[in-house]
Amino acid sequence: MTETFYDVLRRQGISRRSFLKFCSLTAASLGLAPEFAPKMAYALETKPRTPVLWLHGLECTCCSEAFIRSAHPLASDVILSMISLDYDDTIMAAAGHQAEAIVDKIVEKYKGNYILACEGNPPLNADGMYCIIGGKPYLDQLKKAAADCKAIISWGSCASWGCVQAARPNPTQAVPIHKVIHDKPIIKVPGCPPIPEVMTAVITYIATFEKLPELDRQGRPKMFYSQRIHDKCYRRPHFDAGQFIEAWDDESARKGYCLYKMGCKGPTTYNACSTVRWNGGLSFPIQSGHGCIGCSEDGFWDNGGFYNRLTNIHQFGIEANADQIGMAAAGVVGAGIAAHAAVSAVKRARQNGGTNQ
Amino acid sequence: MTIQTPNGFSLDASGKRIVVDPVTRIEGHMRCEVNVDNENIIRNAVSTGTMWRGLEVILKGRDPRDAWAFTQRICGVCTGTHALTSVRAVEDALGIAIPENANSIRNIMQLCLQVHDHLVHFYHLHALDWVNPVNALKADPKATSELQQKVSPNHPKSSPGYFRDVQNRLKRFIESGQLGPFKNGYWDNPAYLLPPEANLMATTHYLEALDFQPTIMRIRTVFGGKDPHPNWLVGGVPCAINVDGVGAVGAINMERLNFVRSVIEQTITFVDNVYIPDLLAVGQFYKGWLYGGGLSGKSVMAYGDIPENANDYSPANLLMPSGVIIDGNLKEVHPVDLRDPEQIQEFVPHSWYKYPDEKKGLHPWDGHTEPNYVLGENAKGTKTNIEQIDENAKYSWIKAPRWKGHAVEVGPLARYVVGFAQGHKEITEQINLVLKTLDVPVDALFSTLGRTAARALECQWSAYKMRYFLDKLVANIKAGDTSTANVERWEPSTWPKEAKGVGFTEAPRGALAHWIRIKDTKIDNYQCVVPTTWNGSPRDNEGNIGAFEAALMNTKMERPEEPVEILRTLHSFDPCLACSTHVMGEDGRELTTVKVR
Repeated sequence: MTETFYDVLRRQGISRRSFLKFCSLTAASLGLAPEFAPKMAYALETKPRTPVLWLHGLECTCCSEAFIRSAHPLASDVILSMISLDYDDTIMAAAGHQAEAIVDKIVEKYKGNYILACEGNPPLNADGMYCIIGGKPYLDQLKKAAADCKAIISWGSCASWGCVQAARPNPTQAVPIHKVIHDKPIIKVPGCPPIPEVMTAVITYIATFEKLPELDRQGRPKMFYSQRIHDKCYRRPHFDAGQFIEAWDDESARKGYCLYKMGCKGPTTYNACSTVRWNGGLSFPIQSGHGCIGCSEDGFWDNGGFYNRLTNIHQFGIEANADQIGMAAAGVVGAGIAAHAAVSAVKRARQNGGTNQ
Repeated sequence: MTIQTPNGFSLDASGKRIVVDPVTRIEGHMRCEVNVDNENIIRNAVSTGTMWRGLEVILKGRDPRDAWAFTQRICGVCTGTHALTSVRAVEDALGIAIPENANSIRNIMQLCLQVHDHLVHFYHLHALDWVNPVNALKADPKATSELQQKVSPNHPKSSPGYFRDVQNRLKRFIESGQLGPFKNGYWDNPAYLLPPEANLMATTHYLEALDFQPTIMRIRTVFGGKDPHPNWLVGGVPCAINVDGVGAVGAINMERLNFVRSVIEQTITFVDNVYIPDLLAVGQFYKGWLYGGGLSGKSVMAYGDIPENANDYSPANLLMPSGVIIDGNLKEVHPVDLRDPEQIQEFVPHSWYKYPDEKKGLHPWDGHTEPNYVLGENAKGTKTNIEQIDENAKYSWIKAPRWKGHAVEVGPLARYVVGFAQGHKEITEQINLVLKTLDVPVDALFSTLGRTAARALECQWSAYKMRYFLDKLVANIKAGDTSTANVERWEPSTWPKEAKGVGFTEAPRGALAHWIRIKDTKIDNYQCVVPTTWNGSPRDNEGNIGAFEAALMNTKMERPEEPVEILRTLHSFDPCLACSTHVMGEDGRELTTVKVR
């Protein structure tokens, strides 16, 4: 009687023909022989939903809020049809010991076959009692649930890197999941919060292909975190042209020029904001006029102010040229970036016969 | 033994002790313990905040212009309200006036949060306290269709076939044995009073609301670039307006304004046709269950919010009411002064913090935060395995804020009680309509159900006010003003050597304020006193209990081992624990005074 992934697709008006085509294409894209397509179709048509325990440590719940904002698939389809969200203290009906009993039951019944989704992180100071679940440190619950899971998803920058409570001086000694769980595959999905559709895509990927996504060296899904926001930013041509916003709400801001001088961290931030964009592809921070604050990067709270670039970059002898084309020194996110900006601009300036813009 | 609290409650801890930990369907982590008497009536209540993150310590020494991003991460559910409060505090400290367009855009974003937060709270955090999705399987879809058409004739999704489809989907889900979020619920508890057809209607709307709610927040994505946690700016808003010239597509343009208008209209339709009718339908079955009043009929407080015109934060210019009511005297509404060191103070004798002198309360500008995790001598268990709290000692990560020594309730009901007492026209009309429809007296407001009703009414009010401020924004642009930011004091070199300020908002959960002190262009001290600090407050040094604790008192439980009633009342406050435990401050030196706006 279980509603399978196939049922969901059917209910959403997708024909069996399209479904089988989807399976063939997927098999092909995974490098599988054609005979795997029917096997995949069979699996999607029949397999029960994967149990998920979604734990909350020290966090702000922005990851859950992001998750329910997913435009495709909708959170209701994920929860009712793709996974079995058996524990999530933010939305579950049960409380107290009836809630805690679920963790024990899932761990026992689905040993090695459930996903542990972690939002937030454990504090180590005060014996872990800066975050208490059922009278005990959250760390206890985390270790118990992690012991027999298939894999861990570290949602957001808290679970992936530490995020705001781990910013200097980290008074509670909050640490990311991989610092306390060492023997399980961990998929980091950083961001504060992550992009809603990226969150549901990671879950859907696992449910559909029955494997974990390919990860980069830092443990993030390559498909969403392998390029910098700057690489695909629609304002990039203005960066290359040396057209920068110099002050909030100035003429350049109204024209949608580059936010680099306003402290934008897009050049050093690996995320899909400039491609997938946010909330159904509607916008992303730069499109709405504010620089990227780098919220998916490790330690982004302590990488200098959000409106600062590093000052005093003395390399490649570019200072004079940079000034000529209107690069007021104010602080940079990285020396290489300043050089990159300057070189791009210089190139353009040369093409224009050395004149500005 | 019975203890009489100064704020009028008789506490008796002699009966059976019940522990609920974790309290679920809230933001953050919380524990609740109660004692029930032989008739299963709650005679003592203890609420414990079970997390602390220490943002206060982290903010020290940072750039004040960055503070909104840090404080926004206090809470991702009421995302943005801390950021708005923060930029207001910094602007207050530095004497920065924002453009009218920025005020309108900020109001739209804040109202959008109110609408979204209230709607999601009702359907996804609170509904399962009243609605039984398992019982919905017994409903006749035809009867549900008739009920739907009766309570909301304009809602298009009302056919028997539609409800049959939803019921079938629900049936497959439940019969799979993988109950997900509904697992281990209290579905055969007699506290659930809705008939099957109403359960099917409300469960259907649980799903409809889940599918609709992402749309609402897209308004904030237009102006703030993403949601949760959109972007803000000291001095205005980051999104420039350009409806005419070159590059208009890179700014707030006609297409974006049209998009926002379209979402606002869809939102108004959903709230009018689904949320409000559901509230009234569910209320009709539960209007005999009027527990949970607690402090609401005694002492409530609101700071006010949604400035009609930019930069004027006086009560007359705020569309949401402000004031304090004490001891149930609705004839007198006291003004609140956030700068007066005698009005708002925080106490810690029952909180896991250390003060030099714990007999005294401290005003936020002079606050002090030093964690001190200890259990009382009568606590059961160990320090890392608490079986029972000792409420006579320190027992919570939440401080106890008081207004002139009074424990007060904040939130939608507090705002609506203050507005009602002041004769606020729109609020009074809304309240009277609900009282008349449900045929209950004014006193029925002071209850768990009243809190839930006020939230729904405020959601509706906020949806319509979004339309109002979008009209205002467009009119202002039409009049030739496209300014969105004031950068005169953007550069720290323009700032005084020392400054202090306060900013406030009405967060979805209640009155919120941030107090900031700036020294040598850096944050010297930053303190937030948030709604759940007020509502979730532990006892103070006089023994007054807080709003959560008060609201649980004297409630009859059907089955003490199944905390349906406890959850129902706690959820009616929409607790936000990550928010509540972020107090900060230190040292208490004299400071220069900054211009009061």
